[in-house]
Amino acid sequence: MSDIAAGNEHHHHHPFLQHHFEDLGQQHEASTLGMWMFLSTEILFFGGILCAYWIYRVMYPEAWALAAHQQNALYGGINTIVLIISSLTMALAVRAAQLGSRTWQLIMLFTTLIFGSIFLVVKGIEYSMHWHEGLFPGSHFTWHEHPALAQKVQLFMCFYWGMTGLHALHMVIGAGLLLWIIGRAWRNDFGPEYYAPVEIMGLYWHFVDIVWIFLFPFLYLIHGVHHG
Amino acid sequence: MADTHHEQLEHAPHSHVTGLGVYFAVFFALAIGTIVTWYASTIDLGMWNTPIALIIATIKAVLVILFFMHVIHSTRLTWVVVVASFLWLGVLFVLTFADYLTRGWAMK
Amino acid sequence: MTTATLHDVRLSGATTSRNYINDEYGALSWLLTKDHKRIAILYLLSISVLFVLGGFFAMMMRIELLTPAGDLLTSDTYNKFFTLHGVVMIFFFLIPAIPAVLGNFLLPIQLGAKDLAFPKINLLSWYLYMAAAIIGLVVIVTGGVDTGWTFYTPFSTQYSNTHVFGTTFAAFIAGFSSILTGLNFIVTIHRMRAPGLTWYRLPLFVWALYATSVVMLLATPVLAITLTMLMIERTIGVGFFDPSLGGDPLLYQHMFWFYSHPAVYIMILPAMGVASDVVAAFTRKKIFGYRFVAFSSLAIAFLGFLVWAHHMFVAGISVYSALIFAFLSFFVAVPSAIKVFNWTATLYRASVSWQTPMLYILGFIGLFTIGGVTGLFLASLGLDIHVTDTYFVVAHFHYVMVGGTVMAYLAGIHYWWPKITGRMYPEWWARLAALLVFVGFNLTFFPQFILGYLGMPRRYHAYAPEFQVLNVLSTAGASVLAVGYVLPIIYLVWSIWFGRPAGPNPWGAVGLEWTTSSPPPKENFHETPVVTWDAYDYPAMMKAMGETQNV
Repeated sequence: MSDIAAGNEHHHHHPFLQHHFEDLGQQHEASTLGMWMFLSTEILFFGGILCAYWIYRVMYPEAWALAAHQQNALYGGINTIVLIISSLTMALAVRAAQLGSRTWQLIMLFTTLIFGSIFLVVKGIEYSMHWHEGLFPGSHFTWHEHPALAQKVQLFMCFYWGMTGLHALHMVIGAGLLLWIIGRAWRNDFGPEYYAPVEIMGLYWHFVDIVWIFLFPFLYLIHGVHHG
Repeated sequence: MADTHHEQLEHAPHSHVTGLGVYFAVFFALAIGTIVTWYASTIDLGMWNTPIALIIATIKAVLVILFFMHVIHSTRLTWVVVVASFLWLGVLFVLTFADYLTRGWAMK
Repeated sequence: MTTATLHDVRLSGATTSRNYINDEYGALSWLLTKDHKRIAILYLLSISVLFVLGGFFAMMMRIELLTPAGDLLTSDTYNKFFTLHGVVMIFFFLIPAIPAVLGNFLLPIQLGAKDLAFPKINLLSWYLYMAAAIIGLVVIVTGGVDTGWTFYTPFSTQYSNTHVFGTTFAAFIAGFSSILTGLNFIVTIHRMRAPGLTWYRLPLFVWALYATSVVMLLATPVLAITLTMLMIERTIGVGFFDPSLGGDPLLYQHMFWFYSHPAVYIMILPAMGVASDVVAAFTRKKIFGYRFVAFSSLAIAFLGFLVWAHHMFVAGISVYSALIFAFLSFFVAVPSAIKVFNWTATLYRASVSWQTPMLYILGFIGLFTIGGVTGLFLASLGLDIHVTDTYFVVAHFHYVMVGGTVMAYLAGIHYWWPKITGRMYPEWWARLAALLVFVGFNLTFFPQFILGYLGMPRRYHAYAPEFQVLNVLSTAGASVLAVGYVLPIIYLVWSIWFGRPAGPNPWGAVGLEWTTSSPPPKENFHETPVVTWDAYDYPAMMKAMGETQNV
């Protein structure tokens, strides 16, 4: 376990301390800062398409409200709650790692994964419904109410599918990462002195949740049409 | 300079363990916020519908950032990164909208 | 105190001590390395190849432009060549060159660290770059792309019959590589500086890399989403910028330039950092106004985000927003000017060593100034209407990117070559090359200012006959420039085997990189250095090191 380079003294290494860091504290700070840097790029990434969405929303408010009315706010709302629950369990998983409890880490991480999967299933159901209603933009697009606004409703749908699609892609990647973290938690890798991977997993997961927190009102809840 | 395992622990991350109560309180706030924002969208508030939805979403996001993502206990550098990211996004929004919103203006 | 390293190095004959090059052998030890120095070398090799490729497209264009008629290349082919020249040079050379080659090699060493914060992510950056480059090469050999490196819609999304998707996908991947490099640099600078190395003791190259990394991190994702939206629109057939759906092609341009303008600051900021370090080394003085230069890098990074629509003055944006952007564009010149003033003040009454790095940097300062000032012409709304989309713009950006960035890159390569390889390059050949580059560059691009002002449009393979003389001059200059670029490739490679062995500090410069052996050991320092001297404070560094230097 101890590492001897030319002229170096013995180090009683924590097995997960990387050589180029002085100590675990520095490594932890670097990891979390690195993940925050990555999240800042994601803020700009999603922010870009959100900016485009808002430009058109301001330009075509009627079409936007009409298009949002085509969404199923119930499914969207369920998914919002599902993600919020998964965020809670993810935060509790990080807490469990900080406290060194392998059991609770696993319970919370698995629960997070389950709720994330529920989200994806519900999303899949929604997508399938939209597809059969002819609301996928392109040659399949068929929508006959309000012909004057049809093209702009199609434009909205480009954003709906694009934004939720990118979000879902991030969820899938998050699920994959969760599996990896679960594997490491299973091997009892984490404890009070080393839990950075769980923490940065949490940061990623919470970010994906935040994106949905904005997407839900933007894509499902635009007032302007009679709601049932 | 050999660090014993004990000394290594002293250089370990100084972590604040958030209490369960805080996490659950935030969770309930988020759930309630979701219900409120859904309800607000069903009633006609005129020009206030959009700002209210935005405000509620922002509050929810801030709660997640501060408590679930531990920013409230994080270093100042982390705060700077978070704030700067949204500020930069703000630049994109403001200057792009500056074009679109002024296109209709006639030259005097 | 780190005196151990200096004793290890034999100053005569080949360096036989263990260093990062001879530490391990075999292709896999390079391809799977986590050592930032080896990754820098990997980048050096791949970037050099891509530079030659980009140069090939340029040469073909310049040969075509010898005659007014479009007789060498068809217009379609010419469109592909200027597109590929731009795509290759911008995404695969200018953006990564100084950060990924010189930054990767030097940043940890200048900070007194053993490596970057995330070595594996650093290697991933290089593999992403290579993946993007390979995709780009496949695009080139299967027909290329003709939209211009700017991929303006709706031509790119609806009408072009070339590999738009492949090229934008390659640019997307290259952008990801760039983001990871910037991320790595920022975390390293914040969290891995050696004891005693406060922010105000950092070399200005580090400040420059920091500012660059902030831009890389915050601008590139917007390019990513823009290209994603473009790719979606191109493949599905409908999308966000489609006028028939009420979409606005100008929205594409807003989002594209939100990245692509700050991108030019990604290209120039590291070059300015090299300039500061080289000026300090070859005048043996502290940089005048150190804090002004340091903060001007941050100011450029910030202000650079506020000016993008000056690329869209005639595209159809509102005249009110054009006014705002024009005003802000004038403003962004100020911090750059501050740097030029400070370098000049440093040079004033200095005892200058006229070695190759210094020659390149002197050229850099002059040519960047010309390029920057002509940028102000373009920022001025009335003038821009006259010269936009002409060769005036082409000359402007080549002055800052080639007269600026490429020359600073060459300066940095020469300055740090002894540190990287343990060998000196042949000085007289290098000076000759520098002279050829300077003369060739000006002969190539100065006539283009005149051509643009007289009205020759850019991106045309044919032109009015009265422009021929200036075009011939420009092509002649390009040939000289090409020779100037080929020479370093030859003598630098030669020097690896036959160059004079270099000691730890052949220039007598200040910086942690000059306190370790040439080439450095794998872990950079045998003991973590403790810094007590100010940036560029040569006497203080020598006193702290407790030794006199051999030069």
